[in-house]
Amino acid sequence: MDRNRLHNQVASMRRSLFDQGYLDDQFIQLEELQDDTNPNFVQEVVTLFYNDSARLIQNIEQALNSSPIDFCKLDDYMHQFKGSSSSIGAKKVTNECTAFREYCNAENAEGCIRSFQQVKQEYAILKRKLEVYLQTVRQASQTA
Amino acid sequence: MNSSSGKSYMSTASSSVIWKAGGDVVADQFPAGLRVLVVDDDPTCLMILEKMLKACQYNVTKCNRAETALSMLRENRNGFDIVISDVHMPDMDGFKLLEHIGLEMDLPVIMMSADDGKNVVMKGVTHGACDYLIKPVRIEALKNIWQHVVRKRKNEWKDFEQSGSVEEGDRQPKQSEDADYSSSANEGNWKSSKRRKDDEDENDERDDTSTLKKPRVVWSVELHQQFVAAVNQLGIEKAVPKKILELMNVPGLTRENVASHLQKYRLYLRRLSGVSQHPSNLNNSFMNPQDATFGPLDLQALAATGQLPAQSLATLQAAGLGRSTAKSGIPIPLVDQRNIFSFENPKLRFGEAQQHVNNNKQMNLLHGIPTTMEPKQLASLHHTAQSMGNMNMPVLSHGSQSSQNNPLLMQMAQPQARGQMLNDSTVGLAPRLLSPMGQPMLSNGMATNVSPRNGVPENIRAPSYNPVSQTSSMLNFPMNHTSELPGNSFPLVSTPGISSLAPKVAFQEDVNSEIKGSVGFMPSYDIFNDLNQHKPQNWELQNVGMMFNTSQHSNSLQGNLDHTQSVLVQQGFSSGQNRNSTVISKAMFSAGDSTGHVNAQNGNQHLNSLLVDNTVRVKSERVADAAPANLYPDHFGQEDLMSALLKQVGSFFSLYDTDGDIILLILTSKFPIFLQQDVITPAENNDFDFDGYSIDNIPV
Repeated sequence: MDRNRLHNQVASMRRSLFDQGYLDDQFIQLEELQDDTNPNFVQEVVTLFYNDSARLIQNIEQALNSSPIDFCKLDDYMHQFKGSSSSIGAKKVTNECTAFREYCNAENAEGCIRSFQQVKQEYAILKRKLEVYLQTVRQASQTA
Repeated sequence: MNSSSGKSYMSTASSSVIWKAGGDVVADQFPAGLRVLVVDDDPTCLMILEKMLKACQYNVTKCNRAETALSMLRENRNGFDIVISDVHMPDMDGFKLLEHIGLEMDLPVIMMSADDGKNVVMKGVTHGACDYLIKPVRIEALKNIWQHVVRKRKNEWKDFEQSGSVEEGDRQPKQSEDADYSSSANEGNWKSSKRRKDDEDENDERDDTSTLKKPRVVWSVELHQQFVAAVNQLGIEKAVPKKILELMNVPGLTRENVASHLQKYRLYLRRLSGVSQHPSNLNNSFMNPQDATFGPLDLQALAATGQLPAQSLATLQAAGLGRSTAKSGIPIPLVDQRNIFSFENPKLRFGEAQQHVNNNKQMNLLHGIPTTMEPKQLASLHHTAQSMGNMNMPVLSHGSQSSQNNPLLMQMAQPQARGQMLNDSTVGLAPRLLSPMGQPMLSNGMATNVSPRNGVPENIRAPSYNPVSQTSSMLNFPMNHTSELPGNSFPLVSTPGISSLAPKVAFQEDVNSEIKGSVGFMPSYDIFNDLNQHKPQNWELQNVGMMFNTSQHSNSLQGNLDHTQSVLVQQGFSSGQNRNSTVISKAMFSAGDSTGHVNAQNGNQHLNSLLVDNTVRVKSERVADAAPANLYPDHFGQEDLMSALLKQVGSFFSLYDTDGDIILLILTSKFPIFLQQDVITPAENNDFDFDGYSIDNIPV
């Protein structure tokens, strides 16, 4: 029962992540890549993403705080960040990145700063959700 | 996935085998093991890509810095088949990396980026990226990247083969082409089998520009049809490779591929139109080894197709062949050294031969191979012979070395035999042909080529039209003498010179291998496959082999044309006296494998000791009544070609190499083809019986 419960939990968590737009199709691609040879692939990718993107976030912060703001560089960082987040299927995060880039292109510092806040927020929310989700997945697979 | 770092993941042998196997096999296996280098500074993306590529069964190497990637590529030039690179990278711009790779290694490069702006994509295109992927990349997008490898190889091959042939040469005689062209157009028969793709896949070898390992373009029926359609649309006069290529819009096909094919086609057309035979000689020039380029061939082809009036033929010859010293009236420079034996281009040749062999006058064409071809049947042959005189040979290889698979060059059997040629001179020539070759007939000059590709041009499929008659010259070089074929039991009567050649031709395994090399087939398209599929028409080999020694026996070989491995056709044709059928003394054919059953029907007496047994299976096919229109030897489904060809000539033998490529196609005409001078007599045989031997053993 425990196993069933866990599985059900996993299923519903997953469903809600998709339904609420936190994750998109790309995440499914990751799931599909996971197999016996690489049973924790999704987890590994997500971990890698969060570790790596922390660096990028920091760079962006610095660029935003510098004066004058180098929008080019900012755009570049954000471009990378967006590429990363989209590759794991972090839908909301990616959308916020797109918005940010628009402000960046317009050289709207205010807009950039605000937008970046949004980015960070979504980023954090997703991180938490994924952590819980993946943990449940792990538990479910262990009990399976 | 197999990872064969440092070398093409498909070994040549396997690839060729797979390749010819008909496509399916190959296709299934093909992309697996593709060696991909993926470059991206984003570790998340890199990890995901790596996993995806591995899931596609590719052999993946990942790299997070452009500089590292470049040095890896430089150290191991042949270690990768394709590169996937991100556009934005900290140490080097992705486009710059793209440029470097393009210049230094000439590998296909796919760019990726989260940026899907049109400008960026355009930049990728202008910098030469073969594809552009938008991130996030899905696995589906990666599954097809192998196409870029194949395409590139095809193009490279084309370049390679083009380098040796005179594609420009054949442009010149456009004049008579129109007429021919339209008639021939072939649309017809080429069946379409889409093996091309499969075939291409197979050849995913790394091409070193310096090596001969170029992917072979197999001109499948379908491809040829597209080609013909494009040519028709443009008009023969205006049909230049570039435009044809554009019209065809075939991924992976290069201009060079088209150009060489066009050359052959032109020759074919000429033949179809009935080149008048020239009394001259063809002998002399027949062997011009050096001359290979198609230029000469073209003339012949034209002549053949259109029955080129003697003078035009002569002109053509001069033009094309020109190079050769025209010893004889008709310079047969066509004989490309390489080509001579490269049967690869059988197609062309046959077409021509078909045309009209009738002109006996042309005898000369067949240098060295005095073949007498009855006007009708031989007409085409003759034509070819005439023009080709040497064409036979060159036909084969037209592509310089590796020429395509159309080994059908056999056409060489020029009809010339008709009479004049047969003389010694021709015979004499034969050796010439052979000589240049060091290798199997396929390429005379190209002897060198023998290597990489396998001798058998798969494509030969095209019903190699080589009027067998001509081939006789080739194969038969030894015809006159029953030379001993060293290696192959090719008992062709061959002139001394030829004999040396013959063995080569004989394709025994060894020969085949040689042929392989020379022929340089493109991996793609396996015409044979196509043919097989299409099915063997029953070709009767009517006069296979031009060499006839007086007795004529008609042998009819029935066989299916499937890809047989090596078909060594030896024919001993009996001289014209008998009209009826030129006997082929020996046809060694390797019929390929599966269906190839060759029923040699009547024994041919003359087969001089030719031996047919081994290794070679002869597929004799009879051309059905199909309209010869598509004699274009090149790629069209062999069957089509063959049928067309056969119609003209009666039957043909095709020589296949171990890969199942046709390397030599000998068309036999209804009339006996004599190599020897005295033999020439256009026998009026209407049905040839070809004695073919069924060779059970398929060499390979």
